[in-house]
Amino acid sequence: MRAIQYAAPSTVEDAVAILAEHGSDARMLAGGTDLIVQVREDARDTGVFVDAKKIPELMELSVNADGSTTLGAAVPCHQLYNDAHFTATYPAVTDAARIIGSTGIQGRASVGGNLCNSGPAGDTIPPLIVHSAVCNIAGPDGERTVAVEDFCTAPGRNVLADGELLVSLTLPKPPAGSGSHYLRFIPRNEMDIAVVGAGAWLQLDGDTITAARTGLGAVAPTPLFVQAAGDALVGMTADEDAFAVAADIARDAATPIDDMRGTIAHRKQLSYVLTQRALRGAKARAQGGSPTNGH
Amino acid sequence: MATEILSGKVHVQTTINGEQVDFLAEPRESLLEVLRDHLGLTGAKEGCNNGNCGACNVVMDGALVNSCCVLSVEAAGASIETIEGVASPEGLHPLQQSFLENAALQCGVCTPGFIVAAKALLEENPNPTEYEVRWWLAGNLCRCTGYDKIVRAVLDAAERMRAEA
Ligand SMILES: Cc1cc2nc3c(=O)[nH]c(=O)nc-3n(C[C@H](O)[C@H](O)[C@H](O)COP(=O)(O)OP(=O)(O)OC[C@H]3O[C@@H](n4cnc5c(N)ncnc54)[C@H](O)[C@@H]3O)c2cc1C
Ligand code: FES
Ligand code: FES
Repeated sequence: MRAIQYAAPSTVEDAVAILAEHGSDARMLAGGTDLIVQVREDARDTGVFVDAKKIPELMELSVNADGSTTLGAAVPCHQLYNDAHFTATYPAVTDAARIIGSTGIQGRASVGGNLCNSGPAGDTIPPLIVHSAVCNIAGPDGERTVAVEDFCTAPGRNVLADGELLVSLTLPKPPAGSGSHYLRFIPRNEMDIAVVGAGAWLQLDGDTITAARTGLGAVAPTPLFVQAAGDALVGMTADEDAFAVAADIARDAATPIDDMRGTIAHRKQLSYVLTQRALRGAKARAQGGSPTNGH
Repeated sequence: MATEILSGKVHVQTTINGEQVDFLAEPRESLLEVLRDHLGLTGAKEGCNNGNCGACNVVMDGALVNSCCVLSVEAAGASIETIEGVASPEGLHPLQQSFLENAALQCGVCTPGFIVAAKALLEENPNPTEYEVRWWLAGNLCRCTGYDKIVRAVLDAAERMRAEA
C-alpha cells in the first residue's frame, strides 16, 4: 500500500478540521473493508485516513426519547445484529448486516461505511431507505440532514462535500403493525455482490396496507427508492394481487445495465420477483411472523 | 487539542494473547503484516490480502476480523487473540484436536483462520447446527478439503466441549 497518514480524533469537530484541511486527500476510516482494500489495490488514492471509531457519536447505538434510533456511522454490523431491540425494530437493516461479506467482514464493516461507499449494490441502502432513515452530516459549515434516498448521487459518489462526514443515521420508530424485509439474489449462497437487492416495509391495519415503501439495489447508478410502488399499495389488501402490482412498478423503475453479474432482462425480472418476496417477508413480520424465503 | 496526524514509524502498544506488546510500524502496514513480519506470529496467513479468504482471521476486541483489513495503528489499545493463543500449556484446544482426528486439513494454510473463526463461533453458540457452522465459516476458503471434514470437525469439537462444560 502507498504511504499514508493516520489520525484518530476523539471529536466530530477535530475530524471535520482534519478533513477540511486535507480536502479530497483525506477520507474517514470506519471498518476499512472498502477503504483499506481500495487504497491497497490502487482503486482509490487516499493519503490521510481519519479513524471514525474513537468518536463517541459515530459509535453510538441508542434509542431516543421519541422512540427513534440513532445509529452511529461506524457501528459494525455484528454489533447491530447482536442488538435485540435493533433487530426486532429494523429487521430489513439487520437482514442486510448479516449478509455483508462474511463473519470476519461483519466484525468491522459498518452501515455508515456501506452508505458512504455509495455502491449501487450496497446491501444496507435499500433497507435504510424503506425505514425512512435520515443522514446526520457534520462539516465546516455546521450540521445538516439528508434523507438516505437522496444521499447517493452516482456510483461511488454522494452528497458529502470536502470536510463533511456522516455522523449518524436517525431511524424513525416504526408504527405498530409494521414490518420489513431485505433480500438479494446472488449466484452463490454467500460472499458475493448483489445482482439485485430489494427491500420492503409495510404497515397493516388488519389486512389493509396503510403505508408502504420499497427500494432496489444494483439496478441503477444509485440505490433506488421506488416510491410509486409503495404508494400504489396504500389502501389495498395485503395479498399476492397487491404485491404483483407493486412488483410490476419496481420492474419498470429498474434501469439496470448488462455486466458480468447479470443482464438487463435478468435484473428486471429479479426486481419483480425480489420486490414480491420482500413484501411477503415484510407482511409476515408485520403480523409477528418471519419471512419464509432465505437471504 | 488538535489531533496528531501520525506518519512514518509509529509506536503502538497493544495486547496480544493476554500479553502487552509494543511495536513500531507504518500506518500503511496491516495488522497481519505486523503479526507476521514484526512479531514473528506467523500462524495467521496471507491468502488474498483483500478480505475474501479468512486465512488471516484474528479476534480483535471480541470481534472476528480479517487482520489484512486492519491497519497496524488501529491495534493501539486493542486486545487481539491469534491462533498462537488457542492451545494451552496443558495441550491442544478441542478444535485443534478435532481437526487432527477428523483429517480436516491437508496443506494447512487455511487452518489457523478456520480454527480462530470456529472458536469465535462456539463461544457465541456452543450448539450450532450444520447450517450455522457453514454460514459462519463462509468467509474462510479452503482449496484442499472440500469443507465437509472441516464442518464435521467443528461439530465434533462443539459436542466434546459441551460434554466437558
Ligand atoms: C470480502 C468482502 C465482501 C464484501 N461483501 C459485501 C456485501 O456482500 N455487500 C455489501 O454491500 N458490501 C460488501 N463489501 C463491501 C464493504 O464491506 C461494505 O461496503 C461495508 O459496509 C463498508 O463499511 P466499512 O465500515 O468497512 O467502511 P470503510 O471501508 O471504512 O469506508 C467505506 C467508505 O465510506 C467512507 N466513510 C466511512 N465512514 C464515513 C463517515 N462516517 N463519513 C464519511 N465517509 C465515511 C470511507 O472514506 C470510504 O470511502 C464487501 C467487502 C469485502 C472486502
Ligand atoms: S488474507 Fe485476509 S482475508 Fe485473505
Ligand atoms: S487445507 Fe489447504 S487450503 Fe485448506
